[in-house]
Amino acid sequence: MSNDCLVIAGRSFRSRLLIGTGKFPSSSALKAAIAASGAEIVTVALRRVDLSQAEHDDLLSAVDPAKQLLLVNTSGARVAEEAVRLARLARASGLEPWVKLEITPEPRYLLPDPVETLKAAAMLVKDGFVVLPYIQADPILAKRLEEIGTATVMPLGAPIGSNRGLRTRDLIRIIIEQSHVPVVVDAGLGAPSHAAEAMELGADAVLVNTALADARDHGAMARAFALATEAGRLGYLAGLGPQRSTAEASSPLTGFLDVKE
Amino acid sequence: MNVIINGDAREVETGVTVVGVLALFGLAPGIVLVQINDEIVNRTRYAETVLAEGDRVELVRFIAGG
Repeated sequence: MSNDCLVIAGRSFRSRLLIGTGKFPSSSALKAAIAASGAEIVTVALRRVDLSQAEHDDLLSAVDPAKQLLLVNTSGARVAEEAVRLARLARASGLEPWVKLEITPEPRYLLPDPVETLKAAAMLVKDGFVVLPYIQADPILAKRLEEIGTATVMPLGAPIGSNRGLRTRDLIRIIIEQSHVPVVVDAGLGAPSHAAEAMELGADAVLVNTALADARDHGAMARAFALATEAGRLGYLAGLGPQRSTAEASSPLTGFLDVKE
Repeated sequence: MNVIINGDAREVETGVTVVGVLALFGLAPGIVLVQINDEIVNRTRYAETVLAEGDRVELVRFIAGG
């Protein structure tokens, strides 16, 4: 288990829990969550500077680039070209060319657009980026992305921020079965048990944000997710027993004492 | 001269550089990414990059996000 690393694009990570930095009430809450999670990959976003008010540089103080790889997402992009532009901007800042590709044209469910995502992924791979695409749990799409050279696929468990768990379980199982790149279950994981469930299915990693930001104790929840992720991984590696529709006795059903009254 | 910064028309001094524009808004060059007319400006060239009339400038920064 100590050698059981997550490898993405040739780079090894000990932690299989990736975390998003959004929606935390303060940078100290975020800092506590990052520390307790043990995460080595954390996501950030890019936005226009709001020129109407003073800006505070809270976020970057909570992240330690020596310990965590900053994974820029393309949230806010509605079409491929916008996502590619965001990724290039991030790279121009001197960050490593890793990008969480996320194209969500409609705001109610924030579901990723498969057509634009595939198109952007091809452009970004060609441009030398390590691409981690956020996708619907679509096994065919996952295959197509793998074929064009994405570093992972990141199917959703449920809509972003919904905390509803692994609603796409059966499709994620197929993606895991077919994938030759790491499968990172992203979005919708609301409880540590959800992370464990994804890992038990054989996911390579999980990405969690809202569940941590929503918690009363951010550090404790991050620790709970870290433990659940590791427990699920161990369970997967150890080999889960088959499910049966009838009982199978755990104690022998033979050799009873012959009790006489 | 007139330029567009983050979608809003603004009047700035002729010959102003990217560093000058950032200073107008109290922004440290280290935290802002700049794009002019859809071209990304390399961070090392903020001091020497001069704006021209009608330029569309985008100032972008990292924020928290999933």
